Amino acid sequence: MSNTHAQLVKVFAESLLVDPAMVKPDLTYNSIPAWDSVAHMTLVAAIEQEFDLMLDTDDIIGMSSVAKAEEILRKHGVTLP
Amino acid sequence: MGAPLNGKIAVVTGGTRGIGFATCRRFAEAGAHVFVVGRTESSTSTAVEELRGAGLDGSFTGAACDVGDPDQVKDLFQRVFSAHKRLDILVSNAGVLHDALVSMVTPKIISDVFSVNLNGLLYCSQYASRLMVRGGGGSIIALSSIMGTNGAVGQTVYGASKAAVVGAVKSMAKELAPRGIRVNAIAPGFIDTDMTRSIGEVKFSERIGSIAMGRAGLATEVADVALFLAGPMASYVTGQVIGVDGGMLI
Repeated sequence: MSNTHAQLVKVFAESLLVDPAMVKPDLTYNSIPAWDSVAHMTLVAAIEQEFDLMLDTDDIIGMSSVAKAEEILRKHGVTLP
Repeated sequence: MGAPLNGKIAVVTGGTRGIGFATCRRFAEAGAHVFVVGRTESSTSTAVEELRGAGLDGSFTGAACDVGDPDQVKDLFQRVFSAHKRLDILVSNAGVLHDALVSMVTPKIISDVFSVNLNGLLYCSQYASRLMVRGGGGSIIALSSIMGTNGAVGQTVYGASKAAVVGAVKSMAKELAPRGIRVNAIAPGFIDTDMTRSIGEVKFSERIGSIAMGRAGLATEVADVALFLAGPMASYVTGQVIGVDGGMLI
């Protein structure tokens, strides 16, 4: 696991208040009570802070899973495995 | 004056003249770094040059942006992010006024007015609120109008757009309060600016007659309220619409 991937897992776990073991690529938005719209904005802010970037509105709407989040970060030049 | 906004980063749209220009000036007097946003490069650089020449405590960055264009708004806030990584204050002041009787309103008038007066607020608030969260909170100030609450002949579209601003402000205030972001509106009455002068001398004089204080307001008098809402003295004020109208509604 790369450091960057570990960072992303940590951000998800801390923002959604879930066990890091739950943060798998197929974890999707609204699939668990902890990842609702309010938590989503907390998550977005935490990702922006952690990776020092500013996401587009389309990115925020499109960040529907952990896998999608990784894809969006790659688009912004963050190196992930 | 003290420096209640010392070290704060502010974006003021429609900052090149009128209420926006006066707000940029007030904020700089209070110690802020102000992004002076205008529609064109030339108007923006002229305004920044004038503000810089005034010997104020704060400093300025000029930025051209059509706030009705989401891509330009994104670029504007990307610029703020690159330079400062955060934002403390947004004054969404850019506005357009089309005086037209309802039967004469065209789809283009509706589109143009709402694009700037409402969409501009929404686009800017989207990005601004996210930057504010990074800094632990902030203040969004939207310019509504007495036309949004009371209306006037020829102001159907403008009044509707300014009423919509109030609706947006109330909802954003509730949504963003838990994140430390206060959202308020200012509803100026009849303020002596280029925009209100554009209605013509006759109508201008007629409107003065409906003001209890018997005069048009000054842009600086609106800017003073913006300064209050932006600063620590309004730390428990959110979701409000503050009238600055000289008793026009009494």
